[in-house]
Amino acid sequence: MRTLQSKEVTAAVRKLAMSAPCDLEPDILDKLLAARDREESPLAKNALEILVTNANIASREQIPVCQDTGIGVVFVSIGQEVKVEGNLEEAVQEGIRLGYADGFLRKSVCDPVNRKNTGTNVPAVIHYEIVPGDTLRIGFLPKGCGSENMSGLVMLPPSAGIPGVEDYVVQKVKDAGSNPCPPVVVGIGLGGTFEKAALLAKKSLMRPLGLPNPDAKVAEIEQRILKRINQEGQGVMGWGGVNTALAVHLETYPTHIASLPVAVNIQCHAHRHKEIEL
Amino acid sequence: MQRPNIDKGFFENLVPVQIPFEEGVLEKLKAGDLISLTGSLFTGRDQTHRRLVALLDEGRELPIDVKGQLLYYVGPSPAKPGQVIGAAGPTTSYRMDAYTPRLLELGLKGTLGKGSRSMSVRKAMKNYGAVYLATVGGAGAFLSKSIVKSELVAFEDAGPEALFRFEVVNFPAVVINDLAGNDFYEMVAAERLGVKYEKTI
Repeated sequence: MRTLQSKEVTAAVRKLAMSAPCDLEPDILDKLLAARDREESPLAKNALEILVTNANIASREQIPVCQDTGIGVVFVSIGQEVKVEGNLEEAVQEGIRLGYADGFLRKSVCDPVNRKNTGTNVPAVIHYEIVPGDTLRIGFLPKGCGSENMSGLVMLPPSAGIPGVEDYVVQKVKDAGSNPCPPVVVGIGLGGTFEKAALLAKKSLMRPLGLPNPDAKVAEIEQRILKRINQEGQGVMGWGGVNTALAVHLETYPTHIASLPVAVNIQCHAHRHKEIEL
Repeated sequence: MQRPNIDKGFFENLVPVQIPFEEGVLEKLKAGDLISLTGSLFTGRDQTHRRLVALLDEGRELPIDVKGQLLYYVGPSPAKPGQVIGAAGPTTSYRMDAYTPRLLELGLKGTLGKGSRSMSVRKAMKNYGAVYLATVGGAGAFLSKSIVKSELVAFEDAGPEALFRFEVVNFPAVVINDLAGNDFYEMVAAERLGVKYEKTI
């Protein structure tokens, strides 16, 4: 049994929280550059040029890419053979609190009833998973809510089939229009139960951007949905062009014979995600 | 005036516009125009609006006179020592729709954010003679370079939702809704469908 100290967890989460909002990962930067290069609308091309410039300024000067530095979503994968001394939940929350304070990041978490800001950006939303091995993996997704608000979940009848799933997702992105800061990343959870579909949709956003689902049949669905979304022509910021979405990630899980749950989690182009292994 | 500290990639051939808006300027702005704003504006987002309208409901005076002003929907990230402001891009405007007509009634002449507005806001804008502008969402670091001064005006306890006054220089924006009732998002939609654009209000 390997032992980790909770303060190591706190330090790692603090570092993730400070870096993710300012330093975009190469996968999203590559997608933005590719989108700029293939864009046909001059206005959208100009906006993509601004997004690339924005990412450069952010990284160089350590200013957040977007002022909405999100509510923290943390995926903790705990190896069966690793033990964390102390309180793991508190260690992660403390890392978020410190990272948002020390990184001059916006505190955007509030009570849902009285809307009072907690002032610390905690609590973050933490998802735990037990996996084989002796390491602790921490994934961090600071989720902006202009895009989060455009997400949705539907319990389709199985008769709707894959065409029904595709129609729902395409319509959801179309209805979102310019609100979620397109070009967007579309995370989809298909199957399982009500809550499982939503979690799959969120988790799919942690996949390296544009990497297809390993199941070729599922990857085909991803490609079909991406093509349909980009044919709608809303484009960057809703200002037209061929880049409404940068990628579609679909994750599936077996479901009940009566069910076809579909969750769509919309992510903005400021697709901030980072992982660390301890 | 030159834009400070910008690498490259800014909009070209922007129409310069002074804010607060000068007499006769709004009439000239058309949906789809690319403009560059210089002057002063106020900021506000969800809680700022809730509080402003609550003050109006109580018959109390607002901390600012909105007459002729531009209101920017933004909740900036905190400034580091030596910075004017942190990242300061637009937030999604529809969340302010419930409050906007009340402020337009008081003489607010423009709002700036991202995303489309409700029909009731668009009708109120047409009625009171105001425009709606959008800028590049998610470009908070880039846009912060056009903000040369920031001062807290009210609601400090609301944190990022406090009301600030910004001085901006060459702040880029697109006209979405003009005084004639045109909507740029609907114009884009008509173009992609290959149909003639017709005003919906």
